[in-house]
Amino acid sequence: MRTSDPSGKAWTAASVPVVELEHVCVDIGGQRVLDEVSLRIQRGDFVGIIGPNGAGKTTLLRVLVGLVRPTCGHVRLFGTDQRAFRQWHRIGYVPQQAAAVDARFPATVLEVVLSGRTGLRGLGRPWSPADREAARQALEVVGVGDLHDRSIGRLSAGQLQRVLIARALASGPDLLLLDEPTVGVDRDAQDQFYALLRRLNREMGTTLVLVSHDVSVVAGEVTRLACLNRRLVFHGSPQEAMASGALAALYRAGSLVVAHRH
Amino acid sequence: MPEVLQYDFMRRALAAGLMIGTIAPIIGVFLVLRRLSLIADTLAHVALAGVALGLVTGAPPGATALAVSVAGAVGVERLRVSGRLYGEAALAIYLSGGLAVAVVLLGVGRGLTVDLFTYLFGTITAVRPGDLWTILVLGVVVLGAVAVLYKDLFAVTFDEEGARVQGVPVGALNLLLAVLVAITVVVAMRVVGVLLTSALVVIPAVTALRLARAFRTALLLAVALALAAVVGGMAAAYYLDLPAGGAIVLASLALFAAVSALTPRPPR
Repeated sequence: MRTSDPSGKAWTAASVPVVELEHVCVDIGGQRVLDEVSLRIQRGDFVGIIGPNGAGKTTLLRVLVGLVRPTCGHVRLFGTDQRAFRQWHRIGYVPQQAAAVDARFPATVLEVVLSGRTGLRGLGRPWSPADREAARQALEVVGVGDLHDRSIGRLSAGQLQRVLIARALASGPDLLLLDEPTVGVDRDAQDQFYALLRRLNREMGTTLVLVSHDVSVVAGEVTRLACLNRRLVFHGSPQEAMASGALAALYRAGSLVVAHRH
Repeated sequence: MPEVLQYDFMRRALAAGLMIGTIAPIIGVFLVLRRLSLIADTLAHVALAGVALGLVTGAPPGATALAVSVAGAVGVERLRVSGRLYGEAALAIYLSGGLAVAVVLLGVGRGLTVDLFTYLFGTITAVRPGDLWTILVLGVVVLGAVAVLYKDLFAVTFDEEGARVQGVPVGALNLLLAVLVAITVVVAMRVVGVLLTSALVVIPAVTALRLARAFRTALLLAVALALAAVVGGMAAAYYLDLPAGGAIVLASLALFAAVSALTPRPPR
């Protein structure tokens, strides 16, 4: 357990998990999408959530950010029951790119990144110089500081990905949730992207939760692996996951693990 | 001063036109980007039921139109959010419902057809000094609300879920936007009439969206285009003796056509 915080962020007792799920179920349209999922994520963890299509990976993230209400069970964020939780700026959410952004939308990169501080600033309060500075810094962190004036319709998939991460980082979150962030991003940009995540996790102390189907890559990057198939099949280090055969069981004989290497 | 502005009624008409030319396209940019272009047309028809209520009961039609239109906005938004209907079916229900109520109310009180005609197509040259104050106050309410909540409305418009996960009160902002549309529509009704109201809301916004690369630019461009259409349309109406509402909307369409010709594809 760390005793000092490299990013200088204020934080409460280190022993309080960032995320606690207790027996969480989600039913959508009469279908059980998540079944009795219990999971703890500790400060500084880099968690990869993997599983086949329809395993409930995206739903799990949407439960965490409050977009989906669990049918049963409890969610605690930074030690607070989710229903009473108000510090949403401590959580950054990067949704699946295609679903989130209309490339024709008339907005500059800076306008989009600033919008990540809307909740933090508060209703009816205009942007302050501090907001603009934080947005520019977030762009620097993800390495696209020079693009702040660019229209979002003129970005490559990799650049847009970084801008959406900058939006999520703009409020200075302690926890960053990413949903299939490398879909549609080319191999080079993916390598840079994982380097960025390592930096956020190790140097800035941000807790990361990454949903992906790209098992082979994710397993090499994360510190914890959560294998999901409506139920939580396994949660532990990637090495333990390999050794226990959880991955092979998850993907039936492991064929998908190999096949997903792009 | 051009000869046309020697007349008080023309000066009032221009003032009313410029106010609606400012607020309608601003609201329009938010609506078009949220795929809610038709809500303005819907609430204009709902407002017509309010006008009919005023004409039949003897209450001021402007006031009843505002009350019924705002109530309609709340109803439309709640029905839309409930997700019980397919997409814009909620809008279709309120649109035809508003029109039906108006027709039936006016059938109950006979001999009101002339008044109704002026609300359907607008009578900008009949704006009285008192009307101008109403238009000014309502316009300032809409502009003020958008100015104060600019960053919040942007966040909700750009990515509703992205705003929701930050704790932004998305439902309240959506409801407020619907109410602002209702107010805008009642103001616009004086100028271009119920049937052409949504044109002033939607066309300058769509034209601006073909040109703008930043959100703030889109809003400013939409206003500039609408004001140009109002001034051009009113000038044409005066000198060529055309109906002002139709001339303003045609001027707006001409600008849209010109911009479309110059920008063959929407900016990517």
